[in-house]
Amino acid sequence: MLIFLIIVAVIAIYLVFAYNGLVRLKNEIDNAWRQIDVQLKRRHDLIPNLVEAVKGYMEFERDTLTQVVEARNRAVAAPNQAAQVAAENQLTAGLGRLLALIERYPQLKADQNVMQLQEQLTTTENQLAFARQAYNDVVLNFNTRIQSFPTNFIANNFGFTPAEYFKIDEADRAVPKVDLSLGSPHA
Amino acid sequence: MSRGHSDFRTLERRNRRETVLLVTVFLVLFTALGFGLDFVFGDLTIAEGSLVGFPTLTIAALIIGSVQAVLSYYSGASVVLASVHARELTADTPKHQMVLDVVHEMALAARMPMPRAYIIHDPAPNAFATGRDPEHSVICVTAGLVDEMDREELQGVIGHEMSHIADYDIRTMMMIAVLIGGIALLADFFIRWSWFGGFGGIGGGRRDRDNRDSGNAGALIAIAVFILAILAPMFSQLIAMAISRQREYLADASSVEFTRNPRALLRALELIAQTESPLKHASRGVGHLFMVNPLQAAGEDDEGFWANLFSTHPPLNRRIARLRALIGESEAAADTAKSS
Repeated sequence: MLIFLIIVAVIAIYLVFAYNGLVRLKNEIDNAWRQIDVQLKRRHDLIPNLVEAVKGYMEFERDTLTQVVEARNRAVAAPNQAAQVAAENQLTAGLGRLLALIERYPQLKADQNVMQLQEQLTTTENQLAFARQAYNDVVLNFNTRIQSFPTNFIANNFGFTPAEYFKIDEADRAVPKVDLSLGSPHA
Repeated sequence: MSRGHSDFRTLERRNRRETVLLVTVFLVLFTALGFGLDFVFGDLTIAEGSLVGFPTLTIAALIIGSVQAVLSYYSGASVVLASVHARELTADTPKHQMVLDVVHEMALAARMPMPRAYIIHDPAPNAFATGRDPEHSVICVTAGLVDEMDREELQGVIGHEMSHIADYDIRTMMMIAVLIGGIALLADFFIRWSWFGGFGGIGGGRRDRDNRDSGNAGALIAIAVFILAILAPMFSQLIAMAISRQREYLADASSVEFTRNPRALLRALELIAQTESPLKHASRGVGHLFMVNPLQAAGEDDEGFWANLFSTHPPLNRRIARLRALIGESEAAADTAKSS
């Protein structure tokens, strides 16, 4: 009789730990998604300032500037998730081009304001990339956990479903990785 | 993914398993010495096939060692920072702003809160992290690091330091310090005691002195414990160094996990390898916390077996080689992915 009770107790304790673990991972996913949102908002706010600051110098890059502004406006006004994701991806591509172009204008590099904005945008792009990476990592942990034995039983019974990875559209994969150092100290 | 490939995740898993193994060996050593002593002193005996008694000496050593550790645990970062003359890193120049941004980026990638940032005004490129958990953590860079490295390389180095915090390496090494202290205490005590004629009382316990057999067994155990007491402190140092080196490799792999860019850390390590000057203010107590042990000048990074046994960090060449292998593996994986 005693052994039976002990086994039941052990199983119960395990169930509690396993369930709480799943809850914790689910919340980590939500938190990671919020981090992405924070970075997206931040860059929405920074872009108008940057465009204003560089407009005067970059007469010949009108197209790129316009693309960036338009993508940003679309992202801010997006009616649904799908539209926003599309706009954000285009914005990432456009910003990458713009930030790379800034490197080619010596007058811009002398402008304190522009340099500050460039750093802010660079770090925002990096933080966005890392936030996405962190999100995908926690999704990986979660999905692996709910698919593994024996946690999969608990997951199924309590309605934990696999989470979606943050995917980049095929078209946007072509964006080159830009190294935006403050002038490389060594060749 | 074919079996021959190892990415950073596999490296991390293997590394963590090996650390557990090493720590277990450590605990076994400590327990063996402690119980051995208790046995010799009669606190512990074997009666009817099971252990009887209270291991007073083992517990005492553990308590004394713990008090030391708790004190350093809570004063932790500030003592270390003061000893290396570190100052808070503020965004007073664009470069410093960039470093703070990089710390922020790596904190995101590591999924931890942002640590406090400090800077040491020394031209040698180096960095360290300290702090008992992610909420109370500190990252410190040198002016040399900030001047010499570009953004990617900084990400690599700071990612490495972040992972020490995220993996609770600092806390692990503190616990090991407790055990080392405990072992040293026990060994020291026993050797003094036996040196000053304590061996007259050995007989496997005060109660069984009349029993011939137990007397012989007792003497054998006492000799074994004596040998253990002499060797244990050195063994414990060796194991601690081995654990420290493991954690360094793990931190390298975790840095790649955070940046997804092995080249970043690779270039940073190659740069550090080329720099000659050791750090001015690093003392023995904090040397092990740094990215590369600052007490060794770069040229002396000895790969020899014995030199390696007692060092806190693996030789730079080996760390660089491992990162190169990671790059090779990831390129091979990308090639097979493209061709499939």
